[in-house]
Amino acid sequence: MGRSTKKGPFVDPKLFAKFQKVGNTAPITTWARRCTIVPEFVGATFMVHNGKAHLKVLVTEDMVGHKLGEFAPTRTFRGHGGKGNKR
Amino acid sequence: MPRLLGVDIPNDKQIQISLTYLYGIGSHTARELCVKTQIDPTKKARDLDEDELSRLASLAERDYTVEGPLRRQVGQNIHRLREIKCYRGMRHRAGLPVRGQRTRTNARTRKGPRKTVAGKKGVKDLK
Repeated sequence: MGRSTKKGPFVDPKLFAKFQKVGNTAPITTWARRCTIVPEFVGATFMVHNGKAHLKVLVTEDMVGHKLGEFAPTRTFRGHGGKGNKR
Repeated sequence: MPRLLGVDIPNDKQIQISLTYLYGIGSHTARELCVKTQIDPTKKARDLDEDELSRLASLAERDYTVEGPLRRQVGQNIHRLREIKCYRGMRHRAGLPVRGQRTRTNARTRKGPRKTVAGKKGVKDLK
């Protein structure tokens, strides 16, 4: 189920404050994967934590409304099958 | 058989049913269309005259997204998700379930027919 519209989108207050201070000048390192991308973020760069490292996410217009975490995958899929299957 | 909106040929069922053969029209929208065009929903599709058909077609095209435009819209939405490399987009690319379903078992609709891996546990039992 989606979030109630009454509340508006969730934007991490700390991250947003930081963004307003720093702006687009430098990538902002963050752990706030649950933060919604708001229109103001377009053009900014974030370093989003994936549990292990911070991945660079350049925000484009299409990304508005998604969460930062959607762009920093937490799992690596290396494929199925070992030596025996390779041909 | 009457033709509606290009290719679609609903058969000799009631129109409220045959309208659902159009992509993007379910039973609810079909009923709505009948009411708005003042056509008896239980009338058989083959008994509709030209005027009634064109009324249905124009209304469906004007007020609803159906058939081609709808398919395009859906395609574009998926394309957008793929482009921005978000999680959902990556699931679409990988041909896996997009909405968090389990993939350990099931998920056959997205994954397609089973690809049996030789030597894996349980394969012998299948023989």
